[in-house]
Amino acid sequence: MTKLLSVRLVAILVGLGFAVAVLWAFVVGAYNAATEEAAGHVPYEKPMDLAWSFDGPFGKWDHAQLQRGLKVYDEVCSACHSLKFVAFRDLEQIGYDEGQVKAYAASKQVPGIDPVTGEATTRPGLPTDYFPSPYPNNVAAASANNNAIPPDLSLMTKARGDGTNYVASLLMGYAPPSEELLAEHPEAAPGPGLHHNPYFPNLNLAMAAPLTTAGQVTYDDGTEATVEQMSKDVAAFLTWTAEPTMVKRKQTGWPVLIFLLFATVLAYMSKKQIWAAVKPKK
Amino acid sequence: MADTTATATPDTATTSDDGIRRRDFLDIAAVSAAGIGGLAVVYPLVSQMAPSKDVLAASSTEVDVSAIEPGQAIKAVFRKQPLFVKRLTAEEIAAAQRDDTASLRDPQTLAERTKEGHGDILVTMGVCTHLGCVPLGAAEGEVKGEFGGYFCPCHGSHYDTAGRIRKGPAPTNLEVPEYEFTSDTVIQVG
Amino acid sequence: MSFPWARQYEPSNGFTKFLDERLPLPRLVYNAIGAGYPVPRNLSYFWNFGVLAGFFLVVQIVTGVVLAMHYAANAQVAFATTEHIMRDVNWGWLMRYAHANGASFFFIVVYLHIFRGLFYSSYKAPREMIWLLGVVIFLLMMATAFMGYVLPWGQMSFWGAKVITGLFGAIPLVGEPIQVWLLGGFAPDNAALNRFFSLHFLLPFVIAGVVILHIWALHIPGSSNPTGVEVKTESDTVPFHPYYTAKDGFGLGIALLLYFAMVFFLPNALGHPDNYIEANPLSTPAHIVPEWYFWPFYAILRAFTVDFFFVPAKLMGVIAMFASILLWFFLPWLDKSPVRSGHYRPMFRKFFWFGLIPAMIVLFICGGAPAEEPFVMLSQIATAYYFLHFLVILPIISSVEKPEPLPYSITEAVLGSDKKVVKGENTSPAV
Repeated sequence: MTKLLSVRLVAILVGLGFAVAVLWAFVVGAYNAATEEAAGHVPYEKPMDLAWSFDGPFGKWDHAQLQRGLKVYDEVCSACHSLKFVAFRDLEQIGYDEGQVKAYAASKQVPGIDPVTGEATTRPGLPTDYFPSPYPNNVAAASANNNAIPPDLSLMTKARGDGTNYVASLLMGYAPPSEELLAEHPEAAPGPGLHHNPYFPNLNLAMAAPLTTAGQVTYDDGTEATVEQMSKDVAAFLTWTAEPTMVKRKQTGWPVLIFLLFATVLAYMSKKQIWAAVKPKK
Repeated sequence: MADTTATATPDTATTSDDGIRRRDFLDIAAVSAAGIGGLAVVYPLVSQMAPSKDVLAASSTEVDVSAIEPGQAIKAVFRKQPLFVKRLTAEEIAAAQRDDTASLRDPQTLAERTKEGHGDILVTMGVCTHLGCVPLGAAEGEVKGEFGGYFCPCHGSHYDTAGRIRKGPAPTNLEVPEYEFTSDTVIQVG
Repeated sequence: MSFPWARQYEPSNGFTKFLDERLPLPRLVYNAIGAGYPVPRNLSYFWNFGVLAGFFLVVQIVTGVVLAMHYAANAQVAFATTEHIMRDVNWGWLMRYAHANGASFFFIVVYLHIFRGLFYSSYKAPREMIWLLGVVIFLLMMATAFMGYVLPWGQMSFWGAKVITGLFGAIPLVGEPIQVWLLGGFAPDNAALNRFFSLHFLLPFVIAGVVILHIWALHIPGSSNPTGVEVKTESDTVPFHPYYTAKDGFGLGIALLLYFAMVFFLPNALGHPDNYIEANPLSTPAHIVPEWYFWPFYAILRAFTVDFFFVPAKLMGVIAMFASILLWFFLPWLDKSPVRSGHYRPMFRKFFWFGLIPAMIVLFICGGAPAEEPFVMLSQIATAYYFLHFLVILPIISSVEKPEPLPYSITEAVLGSDKKVVKGENTSPAV
């Protein structure tokens, strides 16, 4: 009994020790908070809430949009950004046939080896090849871009919160900082080589607005290539590159959930039947 | 299952025939649903071990045959296995055709093993049909065996100039994979 | 063990008779989860989570073994093989999402299981060993989950590994050598990734072993129940099968519905976007946060922002974080109330619902939030309450509290009776 008492006595002392230590930290923190001015955040915009064909549990890819988005990536983004987890063969999933994929792959130069001399060289791509990187390595990428390495875009929409909306908003959102913002947060002014964008968490990023004029890309399907249209199309395309299996995932989900619902109802009825025998009568 | 329930609590068990049948039905249905669900899970678990998309995509190979001189062969790679592409000399073709009528373990004519119009191009897997070694005879200076084609050093299988098994333990001719000429000089295997 | 009225296994056919005489596996199953295991008849749905935890352990092992067939634990390719699984492997995306969300669901059901144990004092005699083994399982789960999160080699993987191994660096003198030894280097790289993979593969089987001990220990006194009154007669129990197999089957259906709804429709909701960025030792994410199930403990770690006498703040946080879980080992000896169930303990109940639960929620929110006000101050108050609750309040109320009258027996609690008896008499363990 005395032993048990001592266990509890020690516990009470230890507990009070932790509590005092953390409350001491609280007091110091509260004093600091009261006497020091808190560093305010420079506000940035949440991404616009845009509508997408692949939204929601029944969403589907809009192949025409994905193909337009590929064209935007191909003609604009790919100058600086790689897409290293996507293979040319994957393009068959967005509505191209084998021949078109082969021709598209062949139009790209990928790293290869000269079969005679063994020297590093380039060769036309095959469907099994992956989208080539615009730079041979990170050092080259950094030196060509003012020390900011353009990130790979394969997973970009999954690597940002609300990624699809974020990419589209960012591409549409370039604008100089407003007078009010600068008055309140002078540090929000873009530094040298930086560009202001209210959707970027730091407000200023190294990438200049890539989509600036309507008709920058000529769509094969005749869609008018406004900046908004191009931004949305490439955001949709990058959503596909980030998760090509997304639509299949949702489509697989429905039969699984419906089956489980059916099985769970059966399990419930079976459980009720079995327990009816021992449940007290009301 | 319903039986055990009934015996466990004889006082309250449903006694009418209908009730028992309904209970049986429910239990069987619930257990069956669980069984079906379990079986459904097996499918992705098994199928994940099958070749993945990138492996399947890499399962066709293009070979340019224009640079192969008569009597020479090149080794290419098809599905991560050696592929022999050989341009036969006139003598080798004659020898193979002479043996078309001979008693063969795995009877096939040279014409059946080549493509029409390209009778001098012999495309075979470089995989011995006995236990899967790579036969000799494709590279310059290698032993070609008693029949002038390929020779497998593992257990001494001799293949003739058409890649047919003539002597040794191998049961069948060297496999001719599915291929086609996409142009006069390029074949696509697979 | 078991109760005298537990039914005996009778082989039903020649094959089971043959097997029973040579390898009594059917008998073992019958006595463990069959009709040979009498269970209190009044268990609520809070008693479903043990079986569910076992189920999710199996899900994790099966999907994990599958993923290990395609994954390569090498810093050069780990991120790429993870994407290979997502894109090219047949059903690979399903396996990976099932594994990632399976970890979350494993923790959800285990947390509910622990809270059930805390509210109904399931740790009390004669069930101390079940509780202690359970805490061991929880610690192993945390280690396994942490190492598993490193494997995809994203930004959160890398920086999580760096921060958590950095905790050991807080230990005076030996801390830094230990950290370097744990990582096999000066920062997480191939050596760390490979050993984490090896241990991440091993530990689940250790967990499975401890789970068997946990269940073995459970079958000595049998399950506790919502009244906390021990089983007295046969009418207090029903056989596990078919009663609780059926009830657990229904509970499993509900759990699977929620689980697969997450896997198929919100697979990344519980993850962090930064882990889809490949690990980069030269760039730290804006906010390093662990997976959600570590948030309460992460909040305790960060609550200690000021040196306490000669103890540096960082070391204090590390000690507090480990202490916050290790103190669970002492619960059976801290809470000496003769009454188990919180339903009959008015003071305990108030502190549980209006003290511990809000404190845990605050710690959870603060752990996932950036280290700024008001989260830091909130987490400090909640941390203080957390330690006070278990180490001060619980020992004190267990001696000063006056419990409410207990039902005479489980049967009476279920069927109703106006006979009520006072505390103490009915709490002796079943023999």
